[in-house]
Amino acid sequence: MDSPLISEDVKRCSAWKFFFWSLPWLALLAYGGVSAFLCLFMGLNQTNMSNIFAFALWIVFDLSVIALGAGAFFTGFLTYIIGRTELKDIINAAVIVGFICYSGAVAMLGIDLGQPLRAWFIFWHANVHSMLTEVSFCITAYLGVLTIEYLPLILENRKASEVRDFRLFGHNLHHIMAVFAATGTFLSFFHQGSLGGMFGVLFARPFASRWEFYIWPTTFFLFILSSVAAGPSFTILCSKLAELFTRKKLVPDNVVQLLAKISGWLLAVYMVLKIADTLAWVYGIVPKAGLTFMDFYRQGPYGVWLVGAEIIVFGIIPAIILLTPKARQSSGLLILGCLMNCAGIVLNRFIFVVVTLAIPVMPFDRFWSYLPTWQEWGVALTIIGYGFLLFSASYRYLPVFPKEKELNPAIYS
Amino acid sequence: MMKEEKGKYKYGMVIDLDKCSGCGTCMVACASENNVSVRADESDKERSITWMQLFKITNGKPFPDTEVSYFPRPCMHCHHHTPCVSVCPATATRIDYNTGIVSQIYTRCIGCRYCQAACPYHARYFNWWDGYGLAKPFSKGLERALSPEVSVRMRGVVEKCSFCHHRLMSAKSKAYAEGRREIREDEYIPACAEACPTQAITFGDLNNPRHKVSQLIKSPRAFRLLERLGTEPKVYYLSSKSWVRKMADNYLPNQFQQVTKAMT
Repeated sequence: MDSPLISEDVKRCSAWKFFFWSLPWLALLAYGGVSAFLCLFMGLNQTNMSNIFAFALWIVFDLSVIALGAGAFFTGFLTYIIGRTELKDIINAAVIVGFICYSGAVAMLGIDLGQPLRAWFIFWHANVHSMLTEVSFCITAYLGVLTIEYLPLILENRKASEVRDFRLFGHNLHHIMAVFAATGTFLSFFHQGSLGGMFGVLFARPFASRWEFYIWPTTFFLFILSSVAAGPSFTILCSKLAELFTRKKLVPDNVVQLLAKISGWLLAVYMVLKIADTLAWVYGIVPKAGLTFMDFYRQGPYGVWLVGAEIIVFGIIPAIILLTPKARQSSGLLILGCLMNCAGIVLNRFIFVVVTLAIPVMPFDRFWSYLPTWQEWGVALTIIGYGFLLFSASYRYLPVFPKEKELNPAIYS
Repeated sequence: MMKEEKGKYKYGMVIDLDKCSGCGTCMVACASENNVSVRADESDKERSITWMQLFKITNGKPFPDTEVSYFPRPCMHCHHHTPCVSVCPATATRIDYNTGIVSQIYTRCIGCRYCQAACPYHARYFNWWDGYGLAKPFSKGLERALSPEVSVRMRGVVEKCSFCHHRLMSAKSKAYAEGRREIREDEYIPACAEACPTQAITFGDLNNPRHKVSQLIKSPRAFRLLERLGTEPKVYYLSSKSWVRKMADNYLPNQFQQVTKAMT
């Protein structure tokens, strides 16, 4: 049915099979659509957010997907700026995952605003002192860069490339991709950092507050480092998932190994700095505010186990797995290492968003709890449905994996 | 880092906790004066809007040694690196260093709620629902009780105590009409201070040595909420009870005594 759109060189499932595959993701999208409509039409009273939990599930999701989507800019940086050309075999997948994460996050932020139609006020009445202003500027610009990076791939579609101008435009874009890779890297460093800075600058919230280096709190640098450590791991996981569902080998092993090794090294460096930062916080910021480390971990379910889980279980252990050649060459351990690395970054973002707000600062204030409503889950989970749909449609209609034919001689003989 | 300017006036408040009986009149007066939105069911305190909120504290001792005190908490109008002002991405909240008042521009607020995350006093409130009096068929006549001096807020924006800024505007207009350049101390008083039956709340210009507030803050009974964070609140409290003063901030073991000694 849709065969004119599919390249003649590759084998893809039937249109019916693809339709049935899409159904659950479409259902998830419909669930999200209803939730988003309710939130926009009825207001944010549809959520369980409150004056205590001003940020909640959506901001955790936003920060997490933006960090996980960092694989796009970092792979682009390694490919075009550092010159690791072998990564060209995975760069398309990385760009698509990045595009899904960023566009999903921006859409979710639009629903999270109390007055979404005023979103442009951030640009019009910009407050240059606010980390959130920097985040908004860089994310918007970077989404544009990601669209430009995605465009040549779309123009390589069988039907689109029949149009001469499209073909030429796509070809020319390919040639100047290094410029966009560099722009993307610059923008990404700033917004990943500013997302961390957003919490580090909260000097009246001792749980989140950190030392400042010039105008940047330490979380600025830690968020950049943790996103580039987890981003490549997430790209690996996405390509492995694609391999699982398509039952084909799509990315050469040496590329996966290289990304996993880089991910491991960055995670190890991040862990060293994270531990140093935590110690500086425990012995500097915390006593200065008249508190002890344990004061923060007596509230509700947020015990000291959070620190152990973040630093040891989802930090040091995946770093060891990814840095040990034998371990990362085993498919199961590689996936486990990448999964734990990604889980660690999600936990880190959760702690900075939710735990920061849950812990009262005034001694006579009480602890409040929060559980998201089905509408909040709907909007948040939609990004997964949207991601599966866009990635599988891209795989079906666009040349995402350049080595596909070469790696599957049994299918393409 | 934002520059702190030295302004001519610096309005502030002193609340005498020894006088406060916890009656809540300040809360009611504030809500009524400022057209604060109400809902039929206000049991969800996490979403109620109370520009002035009363916190009840106890010394934690069993009967007969139990003591109770109350913390009326308006916006602190933090003077140093105002946490909410520095984080607002759309410049929807500002500190006017000429009066010291931290304002909220409702029509510019995008509802991102970053300011709420930045404020440790929970002094900022989000409009989770449409405000009353906005949609006439549903307002059930409540709009007739609205004050014409204060704009109502729409859904999806943050609001907070303004030190009854409109009263300052009225006082200034009156002074101007009478050919005066300055307003008198008693001409500008927020609704909570005016309504307090025990006169626990005093309001005035902290820069003016003749104003009562600037004398009261020199009292050894004076302290501020979470003073050690360095936000420089312009709301001061008075209490003769050391357990109340201790409850206003976080202290490491034995630190409270050292801090109090250093202050006296």
